[in-house]
Amino acid sequence: MRINEHPILEFPKKQKIFFMFEGQKLFGYEGDTIASALHALGIKTLSYSIKENRPRGFYCAIGNCASCNMIVNGIPNIKTCITFLEENMIVDKQSDKGVIK
Amino acid sequence: MISKDLIIIGGGPSGLCAAKTALESGLSVLIIERNPNVGGQLVKQTHKFFGSKDQYAKTRGFDIAKKLISDLEGFPNLEILTEATVVGLYRDRVVTVLHKDKYVRYQAKSIIVATGASEKFLAFENNDLPGIYGAGAIQTLMNNFGVLPGNDVVMIGSGNIGLIVSYQLIQAGVNVKAILEAAPKIGGYKVHASKVTRLGVPILTSTTVKKAIGDTELKAIEIVSLDEKWQEIPDTSRKMEIDALCISVGLSPMHQLLSMIGAKTKYVSELGGFVPVIDKNYQTTTQSVFVCGDAVGIEEASSAMMEGYLTGIYVSKHLNTAHRKADDLIKYYKEQLDMLRNGPFGIKTKTGLNKLKEGIHDA
Repeated sequence: MRINEHPILEFPKKQKIFFMFEGQKLFGYEGDTIASALHALGIKTLSYSIKENRPRGFYCAIGNCASCNMIVNGIPNIKTCITFLEENMIVDKQSDKGVIK
Repeated sequence: MISKDLIIIGGGPSGLCAAKTALESGLSVLIIERNPNVGGQLVKQTHKFFGSKDQYAKTRGFDIAKKLISDLEGFPNLEILTEATVVGLYRDRVVTVLHKDKYVRYQAKSIIVATGASEKFLAFENNDLPGIYGAGAIQTLMNNFGVLPGNDVVMIGSGNIGLIVSYQLIQAGVNVKAILEAAPKIGGYKVHASKVTRLGVPILTSTTVKKAIGDTELKAIEIVSLDEKWQEIPDTSRKMEIDALCISVGLSPMHQLLSMIGAKTKYVSELGGFVPVIDKNYQTTTQSVFVCGDAVGIEEASSAMMEGYLTGIYVSKHLNTAHRKADDLIKYYKEQLDMLRNGPFGIKTKTGLNKLKEGIHDA
């Protein structure tokens, strides 16, 4: 869900950016963070808690809380709320403490 | 190792203002910012600020950010490092930084910690469900990225942030079902409260959220009424169907970096929790390390800016390269701060600052 009309702000449509999420090809727009692109597509679950495997979304959106950590291009613990989306990024949900392969 | 006169950690309103007065004093300044851009939380604030013209009143937050950034143009002694996280702070003022994938070390003569604040959380059942966000997160999502948090939202907390973000949700086309306030009265300014109530949003006082409902994401919440002892009143439970819940229950000063160098902190509830102990020049108990803005007590961005200007000048004096108008400017910015703290909501800050000063000897 994106804002189309706003009394103060303008959101001109920007260039599409395609990326892979859990094996599925999706797109966001230039200027999106990974988390904002996913949220706009209705995807709110970004990871699962380590112990209880509970779904997690972002909480703070400014890089404080680590609730949005995901695996991006194979690298875990990426704060997706402050990481800009890039063409062909491979984004996956994280469910462990993060293992660097 | 790269040497700088002053390293400012955090490129929000306070850090940017500190940079300005420090640069005017001839210091070499490095601003280290974790995010891809400086401006801090001003960049998502679409509302106009209060106060006087000198405090950027009647200007929207994102325009203030632009002004503060443009004020720094043309200083050859300024370096701004974005997407850079400070990972180590040492007593000899060595600062280690992770910049993208690189590890960099700096040596500073002085350091200003202007790291701001983080949003507080609230304990209730299922509070970790996706669809539950901090009020600031919602502001970022909507105002910076043009993405809506959901269709039907409830706001927890009627402080100024809760009220302002509720209004911004309505501006973006979201249905704000209610604002809940656990206290018996509204926390924020009347002018902000009137704006949302005029648009039909009920502000339910003595009411709070008991649990969130949903399997994989938020579908509804259960709310209850509270008595004067903040206890749940039986048989007042009701359900509200929503797809986003916004938590706005205050901010905590963020200064964890200072614990790496053993700077003393003190618990002052009026300032938002633990705050660094400072002398009258905003210097922490660690020599040559200063702190300003929300990191040393939660206030409005306007105050954070005035504190930033002041701290930049104090650092210039500390390093014996005093700003040429140091004394006049110190007097001026102190007056601005007093003015900002003179309103009814400033009492809390003043009480907090007095508590912070108790038993501390001015340097």
